[in-house]
This record gives sequence, C-alpha cells and structure tokens, in this order.
Amino acid sequence: MNFLIIALIAVFLVLTIMVISRVSSLTKNLNNGGTSVNETSADEYNDFNGKLLLGFFVVGVALAVWSYFHFKERFMLPIASIHGLNTDSMFWLSMGMAVLAFFVTNAFLFYFSFKYRFVAGKKATYYPVNHTLEYVWTATPAVLMAIMVFFGWKLWSDITKQEPDNAIAIEVMGKQFGWYVRYGGADDNKLGMYNYKLIVDGKNDHGIDLTDESSFDDFTTTELHLKKGQPVVLKIRARDVLHSVFLPHFRVKMDAVPGMPTKFWFTPTKSTAEMRYELSKPDFNYFLTCTEVCGRGHFGMKIPVFVDEEEDYNKWIASQPTWLSLNKSFLAKVPEKLKAKASKYAGVEETPADSTSSASTGSVAAGASMR
Amino acid sequence: MSANTATVDVHVAHDHHEAHEHHEQSFIRKWIFSEDHKVIAKQYLISGILWAVIGGGMSLIFRLQLGFPDMKMEWLRPLLGGWITETGQLNQEFYLALVTIHGTIMVFFVLTAGLSGTFSNFLIPLQIGARDMASGFLNMLSYWFFFLSSIIMLSSIFIETGPASGGWVIYPPLSALPQAMPGSGLGMTMWLTSMSIFIVSSLLGSLNYVTTIINLRTRGMTFSKMPLTIWAFLFTAILGILSFPVLLSACLLLIFDRSMGTSFYLSEIFINGEALPNLGGSPILFQHLFWFLGHPEVYIVILPALGISSEIIATNSRKPIFGYRAMIGSMLGITLLAFIVWAHHMFVTGMNPFLGSVFMFLTLVIAVPSAVKAFNYITTLWRGNIIFTPAMLFSIGLVSFFISGGVTGLILGNSALDIQLHDTYFVVAHFHLVMGSAAFFGMIAGTYHWFPKMFGKMMDEKLGYVHFWMTFIGVYFIFFPMHYIGIAGYPRRYYSFTSFDPLDTFADLNAFISLSAIFTFVAQLVFIYNFFNSMFRGKKAPMNPWNSNTLEWTTANPGHGNWEGDIPAVYRWPYDYSKPGAESDFIPQTVPYSATPESNLPEENEMIALENEIQGLKGNQSLVSSGSGGW
Repeated sequence: MNFLIIALIAVFLVLTIMVISRVSSLTKNLNNGGTSVNETSADEYNDFNGKLLLGFFVVGVALAVWSYFHFKERFMLPIASIHGLNTDSMFWLSMGMAVLAFFVTNAFLFYFSFKYRFVAGKKATYYPVNHTLEYVWTATPAVLMAIMVFFGWKLWSDITKQEPDNAIAIEVMGKQFGWYVRYGGADDNKLGMYNYKLIVDGKNDHGIDLTDESSFDDFTTTELHLKKGQPVVLKIRARDVLHSVFLPHFRVKMDAVPGMPTKFWFTPTKSTAEMRYELSKPDFNYFLTCTEVCGRGHFGMKIPVFVDEEEDYNKWIASQPTWLSLNKSFLAKVPEKLKAKASKYAGVEETPADSTSSASTGSVAAGASMR
Repeated sequence: MSANTATVDVHVAHDHHEAHEHHEQSFIRKWIFSEDHKVIAKQYLISGILWAVIGGGMSLIFRLQLGFPDMKMEWLRPLLGGWITETGQLNQEFYLALVTIHGTIMVFFVLTAGLSGTFSNFLIPLQIGARDMASGFLNMLSYWFFFLSSIIMLSSIFIETGPASGGWVIYPPLSALPQAMPGSGLGMTMWLTSMSIFIVSSLLGSLNYVTTIINLRTRGMTFSKMPLTIWAFLFTAILGILSFPVLLSACLLLIFDRSMGTSFYLSEIFINGEALPNLGGSPILFQHLFWFLGHPEVYIVILPALGISSEIIATNSRKPIFGYRAMIGSMLGITLLAFIVWAHHMFVTGMNPFLGSVFMFLTLVIAVPSAVKAFNYITTLWRGNIIFTPAMLFSIGLVSFFISGGVTGLILGNSALDIQLHDTYFVVAHFHLVMGSAAFFGMIAGTYHWFPKMFGKMMDEKLGYVHFWMTFIGVYFIFFPMHYIGIAGYPRRYYSFTSFDPLDTFADLNAFISLSAIFTFVAQLVFIYNFFNSMFRGKKAPMNPWNSNTLEWTTANPGHGNWEGDIPAVYRWPYDYSKPGAESDFIPQTVPYSATPESNLPEENEMIALENEIQGLKGNQSLVSSGSGGW
C-alpha cells in the first residue's frame, strides 16, 4: 500500500520535474531565423514528447506485467463448478488474445510516434491507401472473431441448456435487502406454488400458497446448501425490485426479476471443506451476493453458501423444520380436504411426530442483517 | 475563383471580431440567445466543461469512500450537509446518488452535449463551407433546451430526498417505486423530466446537423471530399435521431408507471409490507428500450471523438489519413451495427439464451470495423513527420485508450464470459477506457486544436503538455488496475467491499485508484486555467496555426457568416499533406488542381476540367445579408 503510493508520487514527481526543467531551460530560444508561416515546424519539446511516448510504453508494459504477477494471487478466484472451469479457461484464452492485441497495437502506436517525430526539412510519406493491407486487417480480426463467437456460442448454449432431470430445484428470492431460500422439502422435494399476494412480511415471506400440497414440506432458510457433484437449478425471483444472484466461485450470475422467474443451473464440484483445505483458509465460505443495484443495502446482500458431501447434505435437509411447522397459524389457510396432510407437516395433532417439529430453531430471519 | 484560396498570410492580421456585421446585435442576441453556430458551440463547450467538473468532482467523493472506507468525511459537511452521517460517513443512499448522477452527467451532458454539441456546431458549417446551420433558430433552441435540462438535473441534487439513485440506467422497478429508495421520489421525476427535455435538445441539434451537412455544402464539397470529422458528426447525428426517441418512449412509459398507475414495467411486487396491484408488466421491456438507445449512445459518444482525432492525427502527422474510404466504411459499419447489439448488456437478465447467442455474434462483429479504425490510425503515423501538439498527444492517447478498452470488449461481448464479469469492475474499467476516457480525450484534443479558431488565441502549449502527461498517466493508473478487481469478482455500485470480501483484499489497490483519480482531477485544473487564461491573454492566433487543409482555416477569426465575401469553393480532398512534388507540405482544399500541376496524380489532372463547373455553381446561401434572422 505505502509502496504503491510512494511509487505513484515518485513517478509523478519525476515527470513534473522533467517537464518543468525542460520548460525553464529551453524557454524562449526559438525563433531561429525567419521561418515563413507556410513552413511547418515543431516546437522544442517535440523530440522530448516523442521520446516520452515511447518511454511511457516501455514503463507502462513493465508496470502492467509486474502488477499482473503481483496481484495474480489475489484476483484468481477459485473455481467450484463444472462450467466455471470451462468459462475460466475460455476467459484466459480470450484474455491472452486481448493482451497480445493490446501490446502489439500499442507498441506500434507508441513506437511510430517516437520513430517518426518531426524532423525539419523531412517530408512524410504520402501513403493514402493500400487495399491489400486493409483486406488483411479486416479479415484477420473477422476470422478471430468468428472463432471466438463459435466457441463462445457453444459454451453458452451448454451452460444455458435445459437442466438435467436430477437437478435439485432450490428457490432463491431477493428482496430489499436479503435473500430467502426455499427447498422443496425432505419428502416430495418439490417446490410448492407461491403467489406474491399471499406474502406476509416476517411470516410468509415467500408468499407460499398453502392450497398446493407440495408446499407443505417446503422449508426456508437464509443460507444455501448444495450437494457436491449434484446438478442444482436455482429458481430465481425477486419480490420488490431487481436483484441479481451472483455466486462468484461458481461463475453463476442471473438477475432476479419481479414478475419474471429466471433460473440458472450448475454443478458444484468442491465441498466447502475441500475448498477450505485447498486454500488453507479454515474460515472460508462460499457466498451468494447481489450484483444489480437495489437500494441502500445493495452492497451487503450476502448469504453463505455451503457445498456438502452427500451424507452431510442429506442430514442437513432432514434436520430442517418445515416452514409450516414454524408457522402453524397458517394451517388455517389450508383447504379442508388437505388439512390432515398439512397437519402432519406442521407437527400438530397426534399424527406420527417424525421429529421435524422438535427442532424449532431460530425463526426464518426476516431479511438478512441489514442496516 | 475567390480570393480566399490563398490561405496564408493574407488575413493573419485580422483583428476585428464582427467587423462586417451589417448591424450590431444586442448583447443578448449575440452572446446569449445567439443563432450563430460558433457562439452556440462555445456555449456547449463551456457548459460541458462546467458539467465535467461537477461530474468529475462527484466521482472523487465516491472514490474517497471506496479507497478510504474508514475516512471521516466531516470536512465535506459544508458541501454535502446531511448526506454525511453523524458518524462522519457518507450516506449510503447518497453514494448511489453520486454514482448515478456521475454517470448521467458524464454520458449525456459532457460526452454527448459537450462533445457533439461543441464540435458538430462549430465544425460542420466551417468545414463544409456554410454560413451557418440550416436553422440557426432551432440550433439556439437546442442549446437552451439543453440548458433547461441541465438546470433541472442540477436542482435535483439539492432536494431533500436526493437525486435519482438507481444507477444511470434507472432500471425499474427500483426507479418506478418511490418507496424503494428516496431517490426514486422527486429526484427521479426530475431526472425523467430533465432527460426528456435533453432528448428534445439532442433531436433539434441532430436534425440540424444532418440537414446542414446534406444541403449546405459549398461548391465542390462532394461527400467524398468531406473531412472525416464531418462524416463522424453525420453518423453520430443519425444515430441520435434514430435512438433517442426510443429512450423518450422508455421514459414516458416509466412516467406513466410512476404517476398514472400503469403496469408497463411492473408486475407482482410486494414492497413495504404491501402487495401492489400491478400485473403483467416487464422490467426487461424497459431494459430493451433503454439499451436500444444506451448502446448507440456509446457510439454517439465515441464517433465524434474518432472523427476529431482523424483530423488531428492526419494534420499533425503531415500525412493523409490512411484509408479514408475504409474509415468512412467502418464508421458506417459501426453505425449500423450499433442498432443491433443492444442486448449484450442483458445476457444475464433472464432474457432468452438464444437471443444471447444472436447478440453475442452481432456484438463481436463490431470489433472488426473498430479494429480497422485503430490500424488505420497507426498506419497514418507510420513514416509521418509528427508534430506533438497537445491536440496530437491527446489524439494518440485516445487511440491508445480505444485499443486498451476495446480489447476487453471481446471478452465482455462473449455471453459465456459475461456471466462472471457482468456488473463487476471489469465492466467499469472497460467502458471508462473505451468510451469514457477515449471520448473525453477527443473532446480535449478538439478543444486544443480548434481553440485558435474559436477564440482567436493560442492556448499555452507547455501547460498542454503537462496536462496531457498527467492525465494520460492518471487515467491508466485509475482504470488499468480496475481490471484486476473486476476479475476478482468485485461488483460495481457497492458502497463498501468489506461485506463482499471480509479481508478487503484490494484495499491497497482501491486506495491507489482513488489517489490516481484525485491526481487526474487536479490535472484538469491545469487545463481549465489554460483555457480561460488563453482566452483573454493567449498569443494571437494566426489564421492557420497547424497548416491544416480544411476550410475552417481559410477564414480569419470568423464573425457571423463565417467568410467575408464568397464562400470558398473546394477542389480536392482534405488530406493532401506532404504530397510528392508539392512545395509546401500541405495543400488546402481550396487550391484547385490547375494550380498544382507539379503534384497532381494522373487522375487528378482529369479533374481540372471540372473546376470551371465547380466555380460556376451558385453559392447556396445568403445568410449574412439577412443579419440576425438566420433562417
């Protein structure tokens, strides 16, 4: 940090001193003879500016390379999904091409600026057009683009194709300012219907529709648990304004849009424990955060994500109390003919109590901890 | 042939401003409600500079927040008042307001109005040989609509609930629902009002530019002899005419949703403990409409800058621009493609993935004409005899930014890669280089280059060099490191990164970026001093200080009507620099081929026969004689 600031100040100081010294040493020694107005001429700084341009390029490239290696460790984000490996390798391949183009074209730009700086009496080459050259450098980027488009398109189609049948559906809903997660439940593993008009703040935050029996065993959380190696499809929605689901380590991003459910499927490949070990950071956690501006708490909309081994995952699923069991008052909304079934999941009456109601853990937090 | 063909040393000493005015106009008609395109251009330029200071200043405040999150900002309280919390922190909503208004100001008020408004107005009549715009009156209205829109936007900063704060893209429902954030109340109403008026201004301007270019070219100024600046302004104006109305409709529908209970963009919303009745609308519809302008807008911003730099690079390399026709062709290509790439801003909005594939293809195609332009600039420098005026330095800087920011477009345009990078600092770095800084450099370059014609004075070159080097280094120091932060996944529009990354891994780099931003901003003060100081105390400018070929340099410090006597006729293209055989290293457009037998190419000798015809054409305007009623 300090080093950077000092480096910055040093570079600027050197520059300023150089310019000022030129200014003071060379002021007013032009006018060497009556150059007619018609004759093009450059001032006494021309040479200096031309050299500085090349110098800028050389120093700039050195700094760019240095900074890449210096920060590499910090900006290389670990990858924990199958498609993430593909997008990342394509990213670095494309980046390689981009960086090559960047260096080569900038090199010519600055080198020519330096090389062909003004010399009195010299005449520039009258060179208005060369069709061969133009064809070449129209065709070259066109071909490169075609290749990039082709591979990009293949990868994109692969990522956005229909999720596999065995994908676990998990609902992620954004609100100002937090995320609510809903699972299909331990029994039917199917998300029940919802309706935004049924939302009751702090109680039925998802607007769960209790006329749909598949909602009875649904449970809600404010953290996301995924099963390692198992495709998962996030059913994404928002209940107030736009949000965007971003799982940086899984290379997943999809907007949450009120009134228009979206989805994104992927397969996590590394459990939280494995990643902690790999990074040797025992407190590492995956997370889900918001990337579409949504108001004052936008920057803090983050929930933890856990990738569990199958066994742990199943254990966790089984340990979650159903939403109904935590909100028994909503039993009243269940249609008469489904009451019996619903009661079972709510953990009331004498139906075989399968321990689901016992763990009456903390309420399903009303919104993440936002100021 | 008119007497004006002799470009040099005849009119150099002309001192008077408006000596040949038929009757003296009142101060108000001459300097405020002026219909003279040159005065209007200066009005735009000075407004643009003021706006750039405000917009740039805002970025410093949020850069302080990002670079030094623990800083006590009490010292800003005299300026920001209640937006600094009791604990001395920047209010989170005001942070978003700053980001939003910074974007709006820079994109629309500085780089659209300030850039196109200034140089289209100033250069179109002067470079095509017209007395003024087709309609001086509409041109005047265009500026004053812009002024009104500025005033409304500026006032919105001072209202209690704060200005619009949902990002410059104002996506609904956030922008539609006052209960979603305070900025979506009166502030958003003012934003929408201001932008609607701005669109009217932009349309009045653009229609005038197109009409003028098509109809008022001087004798001999065929399309194939127009300077690339004019081509760029023409394409820019066409882009504006076709895309700004779409933003107007997007804004209108949003206004309806906000105040008349319609549901164009709203559906199934539960907010503040209440389920709203709106059903069936789509926030995605707004995004389509917005980006149908929003994407052409980035070309509206960059094309004039590219036009300006073409002119400056050719003049100061003392070489013809390489591939004149290819330059026009690539600008045409960019213009056409600009309309069919908008949805690359929406790859991860839930839009049908198939559309994503289509837009990825179209987007990457645009790299081809852009690359051609960059290559042609570089080839223009090759074997030139380069003079580094401040304008030339800024133009070279522009090309460098255009390349450096452009190459990352290949990555963002690829939908598969955009998944990770969308809305991260990678995007911020990309567009600030390729269209923000590049266009800004175009504007600065243009100011240095045409200042002598605008104000009759020379700007101080030494200060220009200092300004260039500080800014050029500063801009790279700001935006280059941002790529790293973006690759690490840091999202944009975050008030603080500690919740994204508890370790705040990039605290040092963010501090560095903020320091560089402050440094770059300070460098602009050098320019502002130079600008205003030179206006009054600068050396008197000769008629053609850069030995340039285009028509504006054939008139000395022009008053209303631009040329005394006849408008000069044009015989050749604008890029006859360093022509073999010619004595001088430039041959202005007004010099007929019959006067330069020593340097004519074979096909040009054939053009001599046409010269009588060109001279025989009638001048098409008689504006000056009608005095103030210029249309």
